Parts: sequence; structure tokens; C-alpha cells
Amino acid sequence: MIEISNLTKVYGQQAAIDDISFKVDTGEIVGFLGPNGAGKTTTMKIITCFMPPTSGRVTVGGLDVEQHSMDVRRMIGYLPELNPLYSDMNVVDFLRYIAELRELEEGRINLRIREMVDICGLGDVLHKDISQLSKGYRQRVGLAQAMIHDPKILILDEPTIGLDPNQVVDIRNLIKKLGRAKTVILSTHILSEVQATCDRAVIINRGKIVADSTLADLQRDISGRQVIDVELLNVSGDITGSLGGIAGVEEVRETYLDGNAGRSFRLTVRGDIDPRADIFKKAVDSDWIIVAMAREKRSLEDIFHQLTKTD
Amino acid sequence: MKNIWIIFKRELRAYFDAPIAYVVITAFLLVTGWFFTTNFFVVAQADLRVIFGIIPFIFLFFTPAITMRLISEERKTGTMELLVTMPISDAAVIVGKYLAALALLSASVLPTIIYAISVAMLGDIDGGAAIAGYLGLIFMGAAYLAIGTFGSSLTDSQVIAFIVSFFLVFVFFLLDKILFILPNWLVTPVEYLSIERHFQNISRGVIDSRDVIYYLSMIGLFLFLAARSLAARRWR
Repeated sequence: MIEISNLTKVYGQQAAIDDISFKVDTGEIVGFLGPNGAGKTTTMKIITCFMPPTSGRVTVGGLDVEQHSMDVRRMIGYLPELNPLYSDMNVVDFLRYIAELRELEEGRINLRIREMVDICGLGDVLHKDISQLSKGYRQRVGLAQAMIHDPKILILDEPTIGLDPNQVVDIRNLIKKLGRAKTVILSTHILSEVQATCDRAVIINRGKIVADSTLADLQRDISGRQVIDVELLNVSGDITGSLGGIAGVEEVRETYLDGNAGRSFRLTVRGDIDPRADIFKKAVDSDWIIVAMAREKRSLEDIFHQLTKTD
Repeated sequence: MKNIWIIFKRELRAYFDAPIAYVVITAFLLVTGWFFTTNFFVVAQADLRVIFGIIPFIFLFFTPAITMRLISEERKTGTMELLVTMPISDAAVIVGKYLAALALLSASVLPTIIYAISVAMLGDIDGGAAIAGYLGLIFMGAAYLAIGTFGSSLTDSQVIAFIVSFFLVFVFFLLDKILFILPNWLVTPVEYLSIERHFQNISRGVIDSRDVIYYLSMIGLFLFLAARSLAARRWR
């Protein structure tokens, strides 16, 4: 549905996004994840035809965003960063204005407004000025605006930023509900958001894509790997081989840490096995003395942190 | 065309909701009314010269005030991003907004016809010249508003938009007042560029296609520049 190939955008001297490529298939909900300033918003602004790329190509539904800008815009519903709204209008007037700009036929406009009001829960604030709405309601208005023409594609730039935890849950559920029949790209710098709403995560850092995998894969990565650090005394020679023989151990690496009494090893182990008992038995058999053993599980946060750390 | 109408409706409503429109119309009528009454009752002169003399001067301040928010406000609040990602061309956005400003200006000028009617009841008035004069006023205001729309497209600050537009409008206003310091070969082209000069031609009662073409090209040029400036986000 959306295909991004070798996309680059340069502001002045600096490349905001640098040669990125990824695809989003019809019906997917993709989380576009990265720290602030990574290039998420820039990428979304190019997909939505707000600005053209410096080089590279973006097609939406097979149409190039530069050559068929108007047709691409018709396919997309867009919630821009910070959710700008006309604060001097009331909710109904605003939705009607957007519906007209979205080329809905006169007969369908009221119907669609009513549907959006129902889905987004705007019944109580219909005739209030947008300037008087709470942040949660503003966000719902933003989503209603993006959905009013029943687009095939939704581009949501940080849809839950600045909301309180209850509102965040509300908006996420709304996105899930709305996104069922649609292709959605949703940007965020919050991991749990991707876990809660998305099928797939594309992680971007400093203008480059550093990971692109389904959430199931990422999740398996969390539960699928654990790291055990052991510190042994009374060890001689290379023992990585014999440690590697323990069931479930995939990799053994000696770590050289200053100030440790013994020698340290880091074992990468499959997630469904706890090898600590075996390590202990092995040590007893080989006459090693265990002075420290610690197990750590890698969380999605660690993966994210590792992928996006600045150096 | 339909898109222009949608933008026009929204902008006009924004003027009346804000309530910029009431302030503009009231202030305009108070100022022109004061000049008219002093001339009419105190000096006891029954002609429209004072109206057609003073309104172009008032336009200098009023037109930038009307247009200053048109584009700069949407740039500031970010709604411009919403607007230009709709299936609507930049040109339609500019023209729709511009026409709303023109409608507001016309709504301010038209009530002054009352002055013309009062004069006509008491004295002798050249009906043709009066109608031409009003047409000239609208043309002149329309050109100023196009300049103001361009000024508003340059910045996200309404204050800067006002000052830039006022400066540009003032330059065109001054052109025929600086002719005497110019070398001879420059007089004709500069005179042609002067908004005042074409207004004087029209308000004499002669609607010459040259003057009309001048105003239409000014409007076209500055609206074109405004659309380019809106599209400049593309090269940032």
C-alpha cells in the first residue's frame, strides 16, 4: 500500500532522513518508532504530500506522491504533529469544513459527521468551540477529522502525546478500532504504544532505519534471549567450549572486567531454559568456584535503547 | 472552483466570528463619516471629492489589517499543514482567502454610498463619475489586498505581516508622489506602476481598459507570489 524507497530529505546541510526504505502492506498497523528528531515527522510529511523528498520515491497505492499528489491526498487521512485545529470553530462546523474540503457529497456529510461523532465519542462537545476542549477531546476531534472521508490509509503523528494515562488508553483503543479495516502508520517515541496497538515496528534513528520487524518477532526477541553473567575462580585455560556445552547456551564470550577477582563470562541463552543449575553442576564437576552469577532478561526498552543510543 | 468557495465561506465566517469584521467596518465608517460630515456640514461643500480623496489614504492602514492574519495565522497554529494536505491546490487556498478579504473590504466601502446619496439629494452630482469612483476604489482596494495577502504568506507573525504589507502598499502609494525627483526616462514607467494614478484616471469617470488591466495584473502578480510563497515549504 505504501512503498518508500531510498527516501532522503535534506534540510540545509543536514539530512533529516537518509536513504530509508520500507513497505507497509494493506491492513497493517505499523508503529514508526524513534527518539525525538529521528526523522519520523519528516517521513510522514513526505507521505502526506506536505513536502517533496530531496531524493528517492514514495508511492501510495501505486501512485507517486509527487506526480499524483491530489489522488494520494484523497487516499490518506492525516493527523499532523501537535494536532493543529481551528480553535475558533466549533466541533460540528470544523468537521463539516473538513468534510467539504475532502470532497464528500453534500448528502453524505451529515451522515459521516454523525458516524465520526459516535465512534470518537464527541456527542457532549458538538457545539463547543475547539479552543475550550480538553486535550483528550482535541485529540478525538483530530482523529475524527482524519477519518471523516473514510480513507484507506491513516497517518498519525504522535497521536497520544501530551495525554494523561486514561486518555492514552482511550485513544489507543480508538485507533485499534478504527484501524481494523485500514492501513495505519503511527509514529511515537513510546514503546508501549507500539506494543499496545501495532502489528509491526519500524525503528528509525538519526534518519536511518535500524530495525524493521513484526511485533511478534520483537517480542520473541525479548523472551527468546537472556544473558547470564558468571564470575569464576580457579579457572585455567579456555573454558568457553565447556560452558558452551551446557543445554540452551548459544554463545559464550569472556568479558574482561577490571577489579574482578576471577574471570568473567557472558552466556547468551535461549529464553525458555534456565541453565543456572547446570552451570552450578558444571562448576562443581570442573572444580571452579562461582563467586557471582546474574541473569538479566532483555526488554523491548533495552532493544530500543541499544538501537537508538547516540553513540 | 468549489474549493475556492469552501475556503471563501470559512474565511468570511472567521472574519465575522472573530469579530474582526465588525471592528473593521465600524472603524472605517467612523473615520470616513467624520471626514464627510465635517466637509459636508462645516465647509458646506456638496461633492464627493473628500470621499474619494480620503479613502485611498485610509486603505493604506486598513487593507494590511484585513489581510495580516489570512495566511500567517494558519502558519503559526499549524493548521496550514492540515489545509495543504487536503486535496486542494495552493492557488485555490490563496484565492479563496483573498476573495474573503475583498468581500470584507467591499462590505466596508459600500455603506459610504449613503454619503453619495446625501450629496446627490442636495447638490449636483455626476452620477457616472461617482459610480466610476466607487469602482476605482474597489479596484484599488483589491490591489492592496493582493499585496497584503502576499505579505501575510511570508511569515507566521501577524505583526510582521502587517508591517511588510503596509510597507509594500505604501511604496506603491508613494510612487506618483516622487515623480518630480526622478530622471525623465523613469517617469513614465514609474507613473504606470502607481496605484494612485490609475485610480485618478478611473475616478474621473473614464474606465479605460489600460487601468483595469493594470489592476488585474497587480492582483494576479501578488496572488501568484503568495501561492509561490505558500509552496516554498517545499524547498525548505
